[in-house]
Amino acid sequence: MFSGYSMGELGAIFAMQGFAGLILFSVFVLMALGLAIIFGQMGVINMAHGEFMILGAYVTYLTSNVFSAYMPELFGIYFFVAMILAFIASGLLGLLVEWGLIRHLYARPLDTLLATWGLSLILQQTYRSVFGAREVGVTIPNWMMGSLPLTDLIEVPINGIFVMVLATGISLAVYILMFRSSWGLQVRAIGQNRTMADAVGINTAWTDRLTFGIGCGVAGVAGSAFTMIGSTGPTAGQLYIVDTFLVVVFGGAGSLLGTIASAFSISQAQSIMEFFLSGSMAKVLTLLVVVGILMIRPQGLFSLKLRK
Amino acid sequence: MSDPKTPKPVSGPNRRAVLAGGTALTASLFMPKELRAQDFPTAEVNTTGLAVTDDTVTVGILHSVTGTMAISETGSVQAEKLAISQINEQGGILGRKIEFIQEDGASDWPTFAEKARKLLVNDKVASVMGCWTSASRKAVLPVFEQHNGFLYYPTFYEGLEQSPNVIYTGQEATQQIIAGLDWVSETKGAKSFYLLGSDYIWPRTSNKIARKHIENFLEGSEVVGEEYYPLGHTQFNSVINKIRLRKPDVIYAIVVGGSNVAFYKQLKAAGIDPAGESPLVLTISVTEDEIRGIGGENIEGTYACMKYFQSLENENNQAFVSAFKEMWGDDIVIGDVTQAAYLGPWLWKAAVEKAGSFDVDKVREASPGIEMTTAPEGYVKIHENHHLWSKTRVGRAQADGQYDVVFETAELVEPDPFPEGYQ
Repeated sequence: MFSGYSMGELGAIFAMQGFAGLILFSVFVLMALGLAIIFGQMGVINMAHGEFMILGAYVTYLTSNVFSAYMPELFGIYFFVAMILAFIASGLLGLLVEWGLIRHLYARPLDTLLATWGLSLILQQTYRSVFGAREVGVTIPNWMMGSLPLTDLIEVPINGIFVMVLATGISLAVYILMFRSSWGLQVRAIGQNRTMADAVGINTAWTDRLTFGIGCGVAGVAGSAFTMIGSTGPTAGQLYIVDTFLVVVFGGAGSLLGTIASAFSISQAQSIMEFFLSGSMAKVLTLLVVVGILMIRPQGLFSLKLRK
Repeated sequence: MSDPKTPKPVSGPNRRAVLAGGTALTASLFMPKELRAQDFPTAEVNTTGLAVTDDTVTVGILHSVTGTMAISETGSVQAEKLAISQINEQGGILGRKIEFIQEDGASDWPTFAEKARKLLVNDKVASVMGCWTSASRKAVLPVFEQHNGFLYYPTFYEGLEQSPNVIYTGQEATQQIIAGLDWVSETKGAKSFYLLGSDYIWPRTSNKIARKHIENFLEGSEVVGEEYYPLGHTQFNSVINKIRLRKPDVIYAIVVGGSNVAFYKQLKAAGIDPAGESPLVLTISVTEDEIRGIGGENIEGTYACMKYFQSLENENNQAFVSAFKEMWGDDIVIGDVTQAAYLGPWLWKAAVEKAGSFDVDKVREASPGIEMTTAPEGYVKIHENHHLWSKTRVGRAQADGQYDVVFETAELVEPDPFPEGYQ
């Protein structure tokens, strides 16, 4: 496979492949964080996660249209505005869904699965009715496309770097929220013992709603960022949902660190195997390894030690 | 849109004789308008209990308007409805207006089969325009063969099929692939090819044909990589690095659906701009419809090989595009499959009129040899094997989402669904 290449060329290719792995890692982290917050802290399996992401993507699409129509001179920075709006839109929808749907089903985890699945179908059809069945093209500012030549041979895609920076930023923000804010303290308390948390005066209903909203908001930001690398259509959310669940379950529900570690190991394994095998085979092997490890360690890579 | 080339107007008492002979009529799909229903008594033109009355005939439209495939199939539905309304404006078929019953396959293959059965058994439709993916066609095929229905199938597909109950109005794989590879080899001097596709039957069969052609028929050319990714795959950075390593002259991409968008965006972001043509990107899976989702600026310079582009310059196509936009809105785009879907009702009309009957067996018998001079793509003719003779064209994607046609085959390409030497 590598005969006829100079060491320099091979080095460059491996360096770029390393970057490809890191970009995949960042994409996984972005996809999974929102779900991990909701699944981990509340035990709710949100099958509509992908649709919350796509809401963010559509908000980005609308924002780009508004900017190009009314403020073309500011088009280069619309993406940042779009991400904030995406967070707000998906977050608000999340709050609404928690209030209207999820809070009635906390005692019935299997029903939340069905209810959110139904919600995802409703959202897909809503997008289809509003934006049309065809995919929409989101115009990305020029400075975000193209690649950054590090050396003569090594080129790194700028949108990949952007996704990496964003993933790091959001992970930090979530970490601070979870472990340095009073809301985070309450969320973790509820996660450990809901009845006791209620008894000591934590407003569990409101905390739950906010947790769900923030999880959905993070999904919206991820969806907004993915307009750079993927498609925006009514059913595009489905493209991400399987990988997202894989990352969260493999990492261990309830552990943000686990989610990140799992995203890292799955993305690296997949990226390396994709390079040496065909794409489909890489996916098969990745899934096999994950299934194998989960059979030995059903709780995932990391899990909270709780007294049951 | 009347056809000036109609050889001789058919009139008077000898019409039946001419219909039986058939040759004069096949030259034109736009019949003289005086075909009156009373000249064709229902009892005679419909001996098998189809939904034909003294002034109407019912057909079925069977596509997905919900679910994943709605993205692609919407255009086909629109084209078929346009053709039907135009035929009705011109007096219908054998003096009968076409009515249609539309069913939703919902992107689910068993649903397609169930709806096909409903259309054929309950509604007794005279023909069906429908399906898009090969999976949906394979699902309805037994139903059509069991109940002797007649299907017009619009999509370019992998070939290896020839049903007496289907007319394939899109290209089969060899028609679409070989001309494009010859072109890129001759005019661009391409020698090495990297084959890439989504992982299911159409890209795999197509790439198999492409590989055979490159290795056996293109002097000194080779395939330096062949790779498949699951449907819906969104991360192409690894394969892009592999392509860099192999340095092919041509990336031959048959990526479909949402993956398409991800592939072209990431290709450009990784510094492989198709406009630079090094490597050159050649695809058979991106029509104008897909470009809307990908964004013209991301795919500019990619070459696509198919039989129809919206930008084709001929009178038929100009009339078709303006009629389409009038019916469905100005911002609509028309891709290869949409045009092929538009041919379905017209080809059926021509066959029915040649046969002088709606009976499926007679329509089937009349179909081979039917010509259509008013097709937006130019001229097509039905082959004995139920596929169409058609020209193959290469277009270069523009930033505005349209293709600039840079090549077209001099002759019609013969459909060959079971190509020898390519299996």
